[in-house]
Amino acid sequence: MYRGGPGQWAWLLHRWSGVAVLLFLLIHILDTGLVLFGPQVYDKVVGLYTHPVFRVGEVGLVAAVLYHALNGIRITLIDFYPELTERQRPLFYAVVSVFVLLFLPTAYLMLETLLW
Amino acid sequence: MHIRLRVKRFEAGKDREPYWSEYGLEVEATDRVLDALHRVKWHQDGTLTFRRSCAHGVCGSDAMLINGRNRLACKVLIRDVGDHIAVEPLRGYPVIRDLVVDQSAFFRKYESVQPYLVADGEPPARERRQSPAERERFDDTTKCILCMACTTSCPVFWPNPEYVGPAAIVNAHRFLFDSRDTEKEGRLARLNAGDGVWRCRTIFNCVEACPREINITRAIGEVKKALLLQKG
Ligand code: SF4
Ligand code: FES
Repeated sequence: MYRGGPGQWAWLLHRWSGVAVLLFLLIHILDTGLVLFGPQVYDKVVGLYTHPVFRVGEVGLVAAVLYHALNGIRITLIDFYPELTERQRPLFYAVVSVFVLLFLPTAYLMLETLLW
Repeated sequence: MHIRLRVKRFEAGKDREPYWSEYGLEVEATDRVLDALHRVKWHQDGTLTFRRSCAHGVCGSDAMLINGRNRLACKVLIRDVGDHIAVEPLRGYPVIRDLVVDQSAFFRKYESVQPYLVADGEPPARERRQSPAERERFDDTTKCILCMACTTSCPVFWPNPEYVGPAAIVNAHRFLFDSRDTEKEGRLARLNAGDGVWRCRTIFNCVEACPREINITRAIGEVKKALLLQKG
């Protein structure tokens, strides 16, 4: 394990969230494709997604998309304005803060009905 | 103070697997890790092998992985790493022996960016003039001592040894932004290749590792931007 700084963790999270979103998209293409086998098959499989495991999984998906988007903005800014490299740490902390601010209420709203 | 120094050892052609040697020794908190390595080599185990030359942070010989970070052994104090110290060779290049890695591939990449002034046309009668502002443009990247700490800290480089790497880009930047140089196109084309600047993922490990505090990711970013804004 190389003990890099925040930049290394920002990149690792970016990778993982990117792969997670890609996996979701592949599954999503497959489940949408099921409609070719008729509405019953489609309804039955997609109905599985109301199971709590998938509900929690959806929250994870939101987290992945949100982080990937916010850190993507950080990287794009740094690419177009190389002088922002001096600020990469504060920029990363801003990404984390905005992520928490947006993610917590969203997760609450999504899981509210599961909790009670 | 008493320290426990662990060193990852390996001898090409002899050992099949790397192994750890452990040494206990007395040092001052203000000694450098290099002093501890010297003490071991001179008084405990003459077979311990590492590179060093200047011992003052200018030659770039003794970059190594110290407690999980690339550092110059001659610049890092014992008190800054604690009394349990683990030293490993730089990652990504073949180990010749102990802390000595084979630098040939590293220097081939360095040479591939033409790290020297190329100035076409008749040489002027006096020196080639440059304003302080023009000199300032590439000041940061003149400070490189080719220690390899940046390239071997890069997670993009570890699995892709073909990646030209931060050190070579730093040295290309030093001439790309030099007003006297006339070989911009060749260097830019070289860095635009598949193993060039576009491999960089702005991870900043190189910046954290550089003992000369060069803002390497900025230099790489400036090269990327120059490529992007190139006509055509
Ligand atoms: S840029 Fe810094 S870390 Fe990289 S080789 Fe030069 S001095 Fe070493
Ligand atoms: S021995 Fe020269 S830089 Fe450390």
